[in-house]
Amino acid sequence: MRKEKSKSSAAERKKEVLTNLIDFGANLYDQMEEGEFPWIKMPSRSIDNIFYSPEFRQYILGERAVRRSARNIRHIRPFSQLVWTAYFAHELVHNRKTSTLRDVYYSAQAYEIPFKDQQESNSIITDLETVAKFSREDFNVFPEERSAVFGDLTIEYTVPGYEGKQYNLMSHPDGVMIGPALTSAEFAETSADLVIAIEKGGLFTRFIEEQVHKKFNALLVLTAGQAPRATRHFINRLNKELKLPVHIFTDGDPWGMHIAMVIISGSANAAHLRDLTTPDAKWSGVWATDIVGYKLPSEPLTDVDVKRLHELQRDPRYKGELWQREVKKFLSIRKKAEQEAFSRYGLTYIVDEYLPAKLEEMA
Amino acid sequence: MVTFEEISPADFFYRNRDIAGFTNPARAIFSSIRELVENALDASDQMRVPSDVYVRLSLDGDATSEAERGGVYKLRIEDNGTGIPARHIPSAFGQVLFGSKYTLKQARGTFGLGGTMAILYGQITTHKPAHIASSTGASRIYRYTLMIDIRRNRPVVLDRKIQVNKERWRGTMVEFWLEGDYFRAMPKILEYLKQTAVVTPYANITFVDPKGRLYKFNRVTSKMPRAPKETLPHPYGVDVETIRRLVQTTKSRNMLDFMKTNFHRIGNKVSRNFLKFAGIDENINPRKLQPEEIVKFVRKLKKFEGFLPPNASCLAPLGAELLKAGILKELEPDFIAVCQRKPSTYSGHPFIVETAIAYGGNVPKKGDIVLYRFANRIPLLYDEASDVSWRIIKAINWRRYKVTPEMPVAILVHLCSTKVPYKTVGKEFIADRPEVKNEVLNGIREVARQLKRFLSKREYTEKERKRLATFSKYLPKIARFSTELSGKEKEPDIRKLLWSVRKFEEGKE
Repeated sequence: MRKEKSKSSAAERKKEVLTNLIDFGANLYDQMEEGEFPWIKMPSRSIDNIFYSPEFRQYILGERAVRRSARNIRHIRPFSQLVWTAYFAHELVHNRKTSTLRDVYYSAQAYEIPFKDQQESNSIITDLETVAKFSREDFNVFPEERSAVFGDLTIEYTVPGYEGKQYNLMSHPDGVMIGPALTSAEFAETSADLVIAIEKGGLFTRFIEEQVHKKFNALLVLTAGQAPRATRHFINRLNKELKLPVHIFTDGDPWGMHIAMVIISGSANAAHLRDLTTPDAKWSGVWATDIVGYKLPSEPLTDVDVKRLHELQRDPRYKGELWQREVKKFLSIRKKAEQEAFSRYGLTYIVDEYLPAKLEEMA
Repeated sequence: MVTFEEISPADFFYRNRDIAGFTNPARAIFSSIRELVENALDASDQMRVPSDVYVRLSLDGDATSEAERGGVYKLRIEDNGTGIPARHIPSAFGQVLFGSKYTLKQARGTFGLGGTMAILYGQITTHKPAHIASSTGASRIYRYTLMIDIRRNRPVVLDRKIQVNKERWRGTMVEFWLEGDYFRAMPKILEYLKQTAVVTPYANITFVDPKGRLYKFNRVTSKMPRAPKETLPHPYGVDVETIRRLVQTTKSRNMLDFMKTNFHRIGNKVSRNFLKFAGIDENINPRKLQPEEIVKFVRKLKKFEGFLPPNASCLAPLGAELLKAGILKELEPDFIAVCQRKPSTYSGHPFIVETAIAYGGNVPKKGDIVLYRFANRIPLLYDEASDVSWRIIKAINWRRYKVTPEMPVAILVHLCSTKVPYKTVGKEFIADRPEVKNEVLNGIREVARQLKRFLSKREYTEKERKRLATFSKYLPKIARFSTELSGKEKEPDIRKLLWSVRKFEEGKE
């Protein structure tokens, strides 16, 4: 079944981002015009102001706000860095250029407000995210890490030089990198019925080879470990704009579980941001119960694994029945298994037997 | 067989020259210059004229190569002081322990030893006579060539000339030969002259070294410290021998009068009170005192609590103004504080402590506080670690005064007394007398507190400067980027905002 081209969400969003940044600058400008030291108010990101919201099904920031004023000698430097970063982000978005965190760090030096280190510049970017309520990818600032997507989805580029050009994500058998160009592209059409996110590159390639995208009519997304924000946002869009259900397939250990959880419910670090989570996405294994049920080759849990499981048990995001059950199971069997463990039943077993059964179970 | 013989004072010092600071060729040349410079300065102090001291040291004959180290030097020192009456010249330079300074008032030299000792040392190392010229500013100049008869402690005059003093020159010139090692002594000699210049800002001191290098320390003031008055001994400071001599020579016919005329600050009332306390009849003739009565008398003197403390008129401290002038001229510090303590006494000897602290400028950075010690305006250069001032400085917690070891800080301690409590004959360091220690400690604390105030203020000003710089750096950037961001044409006027963060007006501080 072919889906209609969704409304131009990427372009709309860019417009919003620009308006937001301009308003931010105008507000400061007016304050100074009125003979006032420029100041801003933004939600506090300190740990005691981060709450889990059952309503949004993700972490959000509480009511507490902090006021930053240029009148304060300790604030004025980070304040001016923030204003510069907003200016820089505006330039990027306006000129449709992209940049990396590292780039931002170096660019500041040209304006004589250098950051002490990468960490300081990253933290100022997070400030801007909090103030503007957009993620850095919306400001065209990307981290170095990259993940990939493969499947029958036709996108339409909006990046300079490619505007209007369409591209099918099945065109390259290694998958297509989820970079700035793809992130800012519009979704033109797709025949896919679901999304399968995969933790590891080896399995991603295997799935392509085994024609999983055809057999299940699926889009395959490689998260490459913990999914980068751009990927999380991309999955969010696939789910929201194309109404595709999302299945996440990870290693059977607390870390794999959490990769799925961050895609579903987000992280505390991104509590100030929206549209990065996909609350309806499903973790489709490898479960602790699968290790038992499929008699998978396994390894014993390490102390660090056990400690992590205890933490997850108390985590508000893990309240759901499935999560609690699996955490307990891990703790009781004291074992973990990788996705590749299915290979003991032959290279295609995971595609031919496990996946269909799992998807049916989760549907 | 054991032989007994008597030796003269000159012979004694000849045999024990170490105790007078003539240990080795380097030290000998330093001590010679020092003793003669001190005599020169004393001579002009007595005259109440700002000193002009000229010192020239030259290698004798065909300059033995420098590498050889040590050799025979000719030392010449001239001053513009009182000059020495002709009849005293031979004894003043050819007889050990002959001098004009055996009185109770502050002077640099006290033993009548130094100058002659230098000449004696020259004689025993080179066997050459000394040349002396002196005039009291009258119509004649007397020139002597003399040697010392060491066994008999007598001058031997080899030649004597009398010249007409056309230009009314006044002063003394001494020239003699000695064995020495200038190149090893050089750092100490230069340090000595520099420090002397610090405490003698009214002196012109010129030094020409064997290589012909000229060192000039110029006077910055013609003001001189007040002249010390000769004083009577304080009853706390006398011993049995002093009293024995006094009763033999006194003209007093009774004890009441004896007390009043021979001691410091004793009038009718105190005299009477004391004699009552000591159980001595005030009408007794002092000449009649028996030896055991003299011993008892001295003991009572020390026990009696009714004597007035000695006054300081016999002392000649430098004074805050001159001390400041001297330090400013030699160290050019960023900050200076000086303090003159009130007169005090130890064992009947009056003393005054003067302290100063200097920061920055040419104060040397040694990784520790630099200490300049002076006693009766003589720089003390040796055995620093044994000195009371050094120990006091070491015991102070300097962080309380915002002083850290890497700061260029110099402390000056000047002790004036009719009897400086030296620990050795070499006049190198001052002993730990509780009274002296207390005064030095309080003096150092006083100037250290002032330094702390200065450093705190500077720290504040610096912080404030940085604060303003931060605002002036970043506020314009905020203005610029928010203007560009909002697409406005003109940047907002932030001058008022910048002005409002100032805590004080520039230039006022």
